[in-house]
Amino acid sequence: MIKAQRQRPVEAPEVASYPDLRWFPPGTHITVRGLKKAFDGNPVYVGFDIDLPKGRIVSVFGPNGCGKSTFINMVAGLLPIDDGQILFEGKTIADTRIGYVFQNYREALFPWLRAVDNIHYPLRLMGIPKAERDRRIEELVAGFDLKFDLHRYPYQMSGGQQQTVSIMRSLVIEPEVLFLDEPFSALDYEMTLIMRDQLQKVLVARGVTTVLVSHDLEEAVYLADKVLMLTRRPSRIADYMDVDLPRPRDPSTLTDPRFIELKARTLEVFQNAVRAS
Amino acid sequence: MQSARFSRYAWMAVGPLALFLVWYAVHLAGLVTPKLLPSPVRTLQSVWTHTVSGGLGPDFGRTLWRTLQAFGIAAAFGVPIGIVIGASEKLYRSIEFLIDFFRSTPATAMFPLFMIIFGLGDFSKIAVAAFAAWLVVLFNVAYGVMNARQTRILAAKVMGASRARIFKDVMFYECLPQTFVGLRTAVSLALVVIVVAEMFIGSDDGLGKRIIDSQITFDLPQLYGTILVSGILGYGLNLIFLGLEKWLVHWSGRA
Ligand SMILES: Nc1ncnc2c1ncn2[C@@H]1O[C@H](COP(=O)(O)OP(=O)(O)OP(=O)(O)O)[C@@H](O)[C@H]1O
Ligand SMILES: [Mg+2]
Repeated sequence: MIKAQRQRPVEAPEVASYPDLRWFPPGTHITVRGLKKAFDGNPVYVGFDIDLPKGRIVSVFGPNGCGKSTFINMVAGLLPIDDGQILFEGKTIADTRIGYVFQNYREALFPWLRAVDNIHYPLRLMGIPKAERDRRIEELVAGFDLKFDLHRYPYQMSGGQQQTVSIMRSLVIEPEVLFLDEPFSALDYEMTLIMRDQLQKVLVARGVTTVLVSHDLEEAVYLADKVLMLTRRPSRIADYMDVDLPRPRDPSTLTDPRFIELKARTLEVFQNAVRAS
Repeated sequence: MQSARFSRYAWMAVGPLALFLVWYAVHLAGLVTPKLLPSPVRTLQSVWTHTVSGGLGPDFGRTLWRTLQAFGIAAAFGVPIGIVIGASEKLYRSIEFLIDFFRSTPATAMFPLFMIIFGLGDFSKIAVAAFAAWLVVLFNVAYGVMNARQTRILAAKVMGASRARIFKDVMFYECLPQTFVGLRTAVSLALVVIVVAEMFIGSDDGLGKRIIDSQITFDLPQLYGTILVSGILGYGLNLIFLGLEKWLVHWSGRA
């Protein structure tokens, strides 16, 4: 089980007093420097550096057990890091509003609350009054084309509906960064296709910086502005590829020659990365 | 739908009716001497006359009241302490053996000790029952807290919930299904211990006392009748708790 910890062993950003612009290339949101993590002496990250762009979607892809979940959990502040620094435009996670969507929606929503109250919950934690909460939720709902009733309990809903509620719950606080760990892997293919387009629409409209872990190469490329490919552990960057396909992407994108080319390239990188180690 | 429901209830009545008929048949055929097995009709008549004459009702009430007092004490101390114990794995490990040991110790073995400590009055009966029921509540609540879904706690944490909020908004609900299992078991156990205590720790009233008296005076219709009434009490309490559980923990087993 992941032991969550909000405080991380990172010193207060010295960077703030000595501005070092090399660390903040324009358009960068999240900077990861010298990240180290080991479980029981087995290293997963041994000095990992990466920049994640602001307002863009980055997919993280790699072999099983290479440390994808570990990576986003550390960046999201759910897992303490051994060493290194993770900053969000110079701020720490504590000063950053984030949303997190878990793979296992059944265990992430609160079954004792109706779907709509699940979405209210993070706003209640922020102490926002009811009228304002209702207004924000109404606005959020308008961005999704919901075909189901939010006044039901999660266990009365299908998997796709539950995960939609999870995504809404994570977006309602207008997060600066959204993390999703294999959000669709428990859904069937048809639902996955619908959910991808739904997610793309909302994320692009809101321009939220997104880190998405996917074990599905097609999905990773389809949704992303950049695909981060990891090697076997200890994880290194196998490739960090731009996906220059126009948006909005739709199912016809899947047969676009450029898409097929990009997918073939990622597959090749993946196979090399797996074979190499 | 209507007829489906009717047939459900009809089927549920088959077992009790069959038992009644078998009992009656055994009685009529004289397979067992009527001294040991009065007819079911005589038994029900006895329940009726004792209810009307006014003796059975108060005894029923006394036993129920003692059971509820014991249960109340058990719940009031069991739930909070169970949460505290369940929240700390180290604390739980360190007293796991004690809880298991005393849970396995027959509560009836504690009677003399409790009589010495609390005297012969009502409170010593209630105290033994409360002690036994308390351990059941404690164990189940602690277990529920320990088995809370980590993902839900993480979800609350990532939304910025403080430790106190996580306890109040997540932990409490997460352990509620298991808590109810504990409460239901506890109330049944409290009833058992109270009835036994009424039999053997001198008592002026209660179903246990009535059962022992029927045995001494060899009033078998009353003995069977009182057993039946004790069963109704136990079954009723269980039914009430099941209903409460279904209403308050509507997500139990579904999420
Ligand atoms: N809490 C933990 N304790 C010990 N080892 C862990 C822990 N969490 C992860 N690991 C190990 O670290 C490595 C990376 O795990 P992680 O869950 O990040 O992989 P992943 O890339 O998300 O895999 P998957 O594709 O299966 O989701 C794995 O080898 C895993 O066994
Ligand atoms: Mg994973």
